[in-house]
Amino acid sequence: MSTDTTSGSAQSQPRKAGAFDIRNIIGALMGVYGVILALAGLLGEHEPAKTGDVNANLWTGLALLAVAVFFLGWAKLKPIVVPPDFDRPDDDPTRPAPQRKRPPAH
Amino acid sequence: MSDTLIDANWLDYLLVAIYFGFVLGIGVMARRSVSDSIDFFLSGRSLPAWVTGLAFISANLGAVEIMGMSANGAEIGMPTVHYFWVGAVPAMLFLGVVMMPFYYGSKVRSVPEFMFRRFGTGAHLVNAISFAVAQLLIAGVNLALLAGIVHALLGWPIWIALVVAGAIVLSYITLGGLSAAIYNEVLQFFVIVASLLPLTLIGLHRVGGWDGLTDKITAAADGAPADAAVAPASQQLESWPGQALSGFDSPLLSVIGIVFGLGFVLSFGYWTTNFVEVQRAMASDSISAARKTPIIGAFPKMFVPFIVIVPGMISAVLVQEMVDLKSGGSPAGGASGEGVAYNDALLLLMRDVLPNGLLGLAIAGLLAAFMAGMAANISAFNTVFSYDLWQRYIRKDHSDDYYLRIGRLATIAATVIAIFTARIAMGYDNVMDYLQTLFGFFNAPLFATFILGMFWKRMTPTAGWVGLVAGTLAAIAVDRLAAAGVIDLPGQGAAFLAAATAFVVDIVLSIVVSLVTKPKPASELRGLVYSETPREDRTDPDEASMPWWRRTAPLAGIALAMVIVLNVAF
Repeated sequence: MSTDTTSGSAQSQPRKAGAFDIRNIIGALMGVYGVILALAGLLGEHEPAKTGDVNANLWTGLALLAVAVFFLGWAKLKPIVVPPDFDRPDDDPTRPAPQRKRPPAH
Repeated sequence: MSDTLIDANWLDYLLVAIYFGFVLGIGVMARRSVSDSIDFFLSGRSLPAWVTGLAFISANLGAVEIMGMSANGAEIGMPTVHYFWVGAVPAMLFLGVVMMPFYYGSKVRSVPEFMFRRFGTGAHLVNAISFAVAQLLIAGVNLALLAGIVHALLGWPIWIALVVAGAIVLSYITLGGLSAAIYNEVLQFFVIVASLLPLTLIGLHRVGGWDGLTDKITAAADGAPADAAVAPASQQLESWPGQALSGFDSPLLSVIGIVFGLGFVLSFGYWTTNFVEVQRAMASDSISAARKTPIIGAFPKMFVPFIVIVPGMISAVLVQEMVDLKSGGSPAGGASGEGVAYNDALLLLMRDVLPNGLLGLAIAGLLAAFMAGMAANISAFNTVFSYDLWQRYIRKDHSDDYYLRIGRLATIAATVIAIFTARIAMGYDNVMDYLQTLFGFFNAPLFATFILGMFWKRMTPTAGWVGLVAGTLAAIAVDRLAAAGVIDLPGQGAAFLAAATAFVVDIVLSIVVSLVTKPKPASELRGLVYSETPREDRTDPDEASMPWWRRTAPLAGIALAMVIVLNVAF
């Protein structure tokens, strides 16, 4: 593991949370799942014996796409603004994981 | 039929892989600081209450909820809802309204830390040891369920599945799965709901709707042989008085047992002292948001039983192995490879009902829940072992690196120990019985000591540890008496009785001991005891200016009213 240090200093201007807004992440995952399931429902085998003649993959896929649109739209309409300075998370010594590659925040 | 329990194909594995790609990807980006936004979402005390509320629910939507509640639903039916509508929801409201100001205000990071500040060394040591042991035992439950899925998917022997599952959790932790905690938890919530909701709906469709389910449960209960000890249909379909759950013959005793044992002692104890969950609330941006976290969480929580208990009930009438099991047979197979158990209710229903694709979504959700659940247990154990026990009592004043090393060793040791505690968990046909027994040992006395210590400033440090030790011993004694057959309570009644006994013994002894020992001076109790904490430390001055639907008390009132309606309706 290298010890290079990328700059972690805060921006001076408040900015929108952008792609990593948690709602966009939810929207992305649900959207990907929605597309895959809907395609599986349209193209794949139906397995009507299991589901009692309902195309469960297709319907679930469509519902997930609706959820995805909701979250992406919400994030778009009301962006969360990241304040210029906030308490950055430190490496939590109690959570064993690789260290953050960042100089001390101060 | 193939030789594995679940027949997954490439599509299912693709969906599982996408999930882990998301979760580990965010973890890696978090550690590299590629984006301010990630830091912002992971930083302390800056999140909107709906995010922390979902994370709060999700941190608990693991082994206990999914497998335990569906197993219970399959075995005894509707009375299981008491875990939600008498247990969890009122306890979460209590946590938000009453307890949270102390936690948020005092900024403690763990239960033992609170114990140390309120009662000093004795209670701290006792609590740290019992907390560490509890985490190892509960990690075993999560590991057992994870291994069950590995076994069901791949058909490997259970010992190998346990070791593989342990390795999966260890690599999840070392790859940094915990670095992106709040993202993971929120995603996990959506994936689980997205798989369990279709499972429930298709299951209901297959049995002919709610009426079909009722008819089938009635027919099964009437037709079951007497020695199978199946609860009558009327008890399986109505939540009250819940004799099937408590094991009491008398309806009155049953209601008292559920309200006091399950509701007050076990659930209040679990939710108010469980820092794995409480910490989620502490990540919110104000004392008001911290208090609203469990209250907002209570709204989705109310409806979780419909997607975990109902599938269990469907499984018990739709899946052939479960039908056989419930009418007194002992069908072979199951996730443990050692015969079907109630714990398998959900997995078997997934096998019978979900097409490939949805099946993968469900597997991703379950793997994520058990893995994150066990990782949280291990991490909590690690904290308490390294800092509360090792640093404070064994090796003081070493370098930070030294304690990090100890922490890594503790992580590996805890995973290995969990493989063995998982074997204990597997000895239980219904994992819920085991979990409630553990909560009775560990959470019930803790809750008694907390609540007394918070509202009675006279309670002394000596009383703190004496109460905890005596309460735990009392619960163990009741459990052993029940195991020996002296107390005869089927279901989870013995666990409720053990919890209630522990609570009463703890309170009585604490009061007696407090009266003959010396209390701490009142000046040291600010922020820890109700009467010594000024009002402005407990409330958020901004809250009065918010609209009513963003204030703590009205929200809690609505949640309470809704849960009462649910109790009456079912």
